[in-house]
Order: sequence, then structure tokens, then C-alpha cells
Amino acid sequence: MKILVCITHVPDTTSKINFKDNNTKFDPTGVQFIIGPYDDYALARAIEIKESTPGTTVTVLNVGLAETEPTIRKALAIGADDAIRVNADPTDSFFVASQIAEQAKAGGYELILMGRESIDYNSGVVHSIVGEMLGIPSVSPVMKLELSGNTAKLAREIEGGKEYLEVSLPFVAGCQEPIAEWKIPNMRGIMSARTKPLKVVEPKSVNSGVATQKYELPKPKGSVKMISADNVKELVNLLKNEAKVL
Amino acid sequence: MAILVFVETAEGKVKKTSLEAVAYAKAMGDSVTAIALGDADKGDLGALGKIGAQKVLHADDKKLNEGNILAYAEVLIKALEDEKADILVLANSSLGTPVAARVAARIGASLASNVVEAPNTSSGFVVKKSIYTGKAFAYVELKNPKKVIALKKNAAEVKESGSDVTVTPYAVSVPDTAFKVKITSSEKATGEILLPEANIVVSGGRGMKGPEHWGMLEELAKTLHAATGCSKPVSDMGWRPHHEHVGQTGVKVAPQLYIAIGISGAIQHLAGVNSSKCIVVINKDAEAPFFKAADYGIVGDAFEIIPKLSEAIKAAK
Ligand SMILES: Cc1cc2nc3c(=O)[nH]c(=O)nc-3n(C[C@H](O)[C@H](O)[C@H](O)COP(=O)(O)OP(=O)(O)OC[C@H]3O[C@@H](n4cnc5c(N)ncnc54)[C@H](O)[C@@H]3O)c2cc1C
Ligand SMILES: Nc1ncnc2c1ncn2[C@@H]1O[C@H](COP(=O)(O)O)[C@@H](O)[C@H]1O
Repeated sequence: MKILVCITHVPDTTSKINFKDNNTKFDPTGVQFIIGPYDDYALARAIEIKESTPGTTVTVLNVGLAETEPTIRKALAIGADDAIRVNADPTDSFFVASQIAEQAKAGGYELILMGRESIDYNSGVVHSIVGEMLGIPSVSPVMKLELSGNTAKLAREIEGGKEYLEVSLPFVAGCQEPIAEWKIPNMRGIMSARTKPLKVVEPKSVNSGVATQKYELPKPKGSVKMISADNVKELVNLLKNEAKVL
Repeated sequence: MAILVFVETAEGKVKKTSLEAVAYAKAMGDSVTAIALGDADKGDLGALGKIGAQKVLHADDKKLNEGNILAYAEVLIKALEDEKADILVLANSSLGTPVAARVAARIGASLASNVVEAPNTSSGFVVKKSIYTGKAFAYVELKNPKKVIALKKNAAEVKESGSDVTVTPYAVSVPDTAFKVKITSSEKATGEILLPEANIVVSGGRGMKGPEHWGMLEELAKTLHAATGCSKPVSDMGWRPHHEHVGQTGVKVAPQLYIAIGISGAIQHLAGVNSSKCIVVINKDAEAPFFKAADYGIVGDAFEIIPKLSEAIKAAK
């Protein structure tokens, strides 16, 4: 079986976010980049399937500029067989999904795993757009994925609970915990990742219909008002009459 | 410019976030048609007239009682055509967001999710969306004539005026291929206030010491008509179900009031709550980082303060 795992290259979850050039560009100064945490779950599940199903290959795909290669190499070190980088700035979901769909078609993958959402744009839509473009189902957020032959049993998180699903290959899944345990690359993985194939392809041109004009940071919070533990009544009073939230 | 609003229900009742979607569409001006799929309370649907729907369609087909994403997308694509609507508005959710994406991809619409306020149409059509897990916003121009907009909670204020409208049955024929993903069963909390919908959230962290102490937290939540949430370690340890976990890797909430008890305030937790209007932090450690993100704080022992707080709220009612 051929599995495609789509990964993002995103600021570490502890990063402070800043913009530059008059709030038109993300400022990467001092920011450490990682594989998107949800994408890491997708990758981990793909590697588990590969380990338990002989003849399975795992390809990782990123739409990004050259700076994302260390992140892609990390995914190779975790255990993916090869990688594709579509050489373009991932400007919006539709653009990214179009590139992924193009590569997915060319590669004939039976299972396409993604994260439930990227932690930069948080759109939670790329899997559904890719599914639509390929004319195959898409399911997200997936907490459990068990394959038997051509069909998969999935658990999907919904508001206040879970939904259990059955679907045949091929399909797209947006993953989240506890689908698998994150994998940490070992020394052998890191060594072999250096020589695994990483193919760079140019993007196809897409008219995506959206354009980001500028960014903004939230207004800084005012300072906290402390209330004595003996005066819980005062808190209730403030919530009612000052904050007006009760 | 005609607008279609997809209205979601939970146990038949229209969700609060869907009311906001109707209010959002109404604020954009033009003619607003709301549509509900599957089982829904007729009275609730008619009442959408009060918040701005001129017309309400109801595709009351048993096959649509479960939120089947592919089937819902088919129905909405057809309804957009029938209503000659160029804009689809709905609430972000585990059903709404994927449906929005599939519809947009099919009809060639500009798509934005996590939208937080009314569009600016002074030049073009620009929406503000939440990005970097609530740590920033982006202003995005939607350039195509067709647009699909998925809203984050609190994107619009629900105001009642006008009167109920009659609900028009909407006949659908959904192809079998739209049921390729079979929903075999589901587990859903019933009768509870859902976390993403709640106006008030009472959330507990590792400082609650164990699942056996959640009774007092639930009591407080009940007094406040609040939903309960928790930090990630709490759901990892199985003290609370996974769908209650708030934060970067969990549910992102945007209530009027978020009360955090025994939660240290790690940046990954804050990412899920920073859209809350008012944050109260109760922690025994005065140095807990959460206080920096709070509007009101109490330094003290959760087990003493929670019962007192429940009492004080009851007394103030
Ligand atoms: C990639 C990644 C993603 C993550 N995503 C999330 C996420 O989505 N959500 C999330 O919550 N975390 C997330 N985390 C984990 C996060 O970093 C913190 O570890 C977690 O939020 C801490 O949970 P806590 O505050 O409940 O526990 P602790 O940090 O252990 O804090 C417990 C607090 O309780 C207080 N306390 C103890 N006893 C009492 C008492 N009797 N009365 C009052 N206060 C008391 C303590 O002073 C302390 O501040 C993530 C981490 C990573 C690396
Ligand atoms: N630039 C990208 N390259 C590869 N995969 C991506 C990219 N952006 C998003 N994805 C995938 O799509 C998922 C959902 O992203 P989003 O719709 O942006 O929240 C992510 O978790 C990734 O798996």
C-alpha cells in the first residue's frame, strides 16, 4: 500500500507570534519550527501501518520553500521512505490543497493522512478540499484508524462525543490524538534520512480566490484584578456588575 | 446578493452557534435563507425569522439525521443553486467546517474558516479570521463571486426582532455515493451544554488532584449553566473525556466567561482560551502564569473556593 502523509512546517507551540513589514509578513526571528503536532500523529500512524503491513511505503509531502527541508528530513528520520517538496510559499488552503491533490493523483496513493489542522492557519480544511478534488471521502478529526484489507474503521471526534465510521480506501483522514504515539527519531533514522530521496517539484499555477492583506495581534490584556480568597462574594459582584458576564 | 445559512441542530434544537450564523448573514444585509437538514425542532426553525431569516428550508429526510458530511455537502450545493445564493454562511464545527470546505471546492468559492467578525465590504470583501491558534488575526480578501464563510463562536451578536417564519419543506434526493462513509454508531453526551457552544466554561486542571473531585466543579458549572472543560493532562490521565480538553491540541473555546481552576496556564492551554471575553483564574500558586492572562484572580485552595463560589453565585441570583 502507498500512504501519503502531508506535513506542515510551523512555529513550535510555545512560540510568540510576531509580524514584520508593516504587518504583512510572519516574522520568523527567534522562532523554532516543528512538524505540525497533528501532522506528527498522522505520520506516526502511517509508520505503524507500514511496520505491520509488509509492502507499505510512506511518502511525506510538504508545500513549502527550501527552509522547510530540515522539517521534512525529520519526518524521514522518523521513518518515512521518501519525500516530496512542492517548491512554493503555502499562501492559502486552496493553493496548498491543489498542490497536494496534483501529487496525490500522480502517485496513486491509497491512503492520504494529514493533521486535523495546521497550527498556523488552523483552517481545518485542506483534507476536505483535497478529498473533494480527488472525488474521494475525507474524514477529520480521526482519533482511531484500523485497516483491514480495503476497508477502514475510524473513530471521529464530534462535539460532546465520538462517531464511529466505516469507509473504503482510498480516502483522506485528518488525524489527532490518540490515533498513535508521537515517534522520536533515533540515531539510525537520522543517519539514513540524509540519503533518502527528497524530490523537489514546481507548483502548478492556481487561481485561489483569496488574498491575505495583513495580520494583526490581539489587543494586550489589561492587568489582572486580584481578589482575596476570603472574599469570593466580591468576585461574583465584579463578574455581575463590572464584567457583566453573569 | 442572496445568502444561504446552514443551520445545525443538536438533539433537534438549533445550536447557538447557528443562531449566530443567521445573525451574521442578516448583518450583511441581503436576503437570508436558512436551511436545516434531518431531524429538527419546527418551532426552533420558525423562530429563526426573529433573528433575520426571511425563509427557512427544512430537508427533513431520515437519511440526513446523522451528520453525513458528503451528503450534507450535496444538499447544500443544490440549495445554493435553487436559492440562487452566492454566499454560504455556517458555524465552524466538526460537521460545518468540512462541509464548508467541500462545498467551496466544488462550486469554486473563496473560503474562509474561523471568521471572527462581520466582513468589511468598503473595498472588496474582507473577513477577519483567527490564526496561530488565537494568537493572531489575518484579514483575508475573498475575491471570487461565490463565498463560503465558516464562523468562530461569537462572530455575531444574536438580536431578536421581527417574527417567526413558516418552515418550507425542502425535498432532496441524495445519491447513494454520498453515503460512502458509513456512520456505524456514535456516543454523544445528552442533555449537557456542549463545550464549544457554552457561554460559560468551568475548567479544571491537575490541581484538582483526581477525578473524584470533579463533583464540586460540576456543581459550580450547573449553578452557572456552564459547560465543563479541563487541561490536557487531565484528559490524558483519563480523569475526564478527551472532548473536554481545552487548548492548542483540544477544543478552542470563546465563552463570555472562562473559569480556570488548578490550571497553571501553559501557553498551549492559553491558546485554546484566549478568545474568551473574561477569564477568572483560581490557583494556589500566586506565581502561576495563568494570572497574567486573567481578568480576575484568586490565590487560594480550589477545594475551599469552589464550594464558596457556588454558594455566592446562588445567593446572588
Ligand atoms: C505540543 C503540545 C500541545 C499541548 N496542548 C495542550 C492543550 O491543548 N491543552 C492543555 O491544557 N495543555 C496542552 N499541553 C500541555 C501543557 O504544556 C501543560 O503541560 C498543561 O496545560 C498543564 O496542565 P495543568 O495546568 O492542568 O497542570 P500543571 O501544570 O501541573 O498545573 C497544575 C496547577 O494547579 C495548581 N494547584 C495545585 N493544587 C491546587 C489546589 N489545591 N488549588 C488550586 N490550585 C492548585 C498548581 O499551582 C498548578 O498551577 C500541550 C503540550 C505540548 C508539548
Ligand atoms: N503547506 C502544507 N504542506 C503540506 N501539507 C499541508 C500544508 N498545509 C496544510 N497541510 C495539511 O493539511 C492539514 C490541515 O491544514 P489546515 O487546513 O491548514 O488546517 C495539515 O495538518 C497538514 O496535514
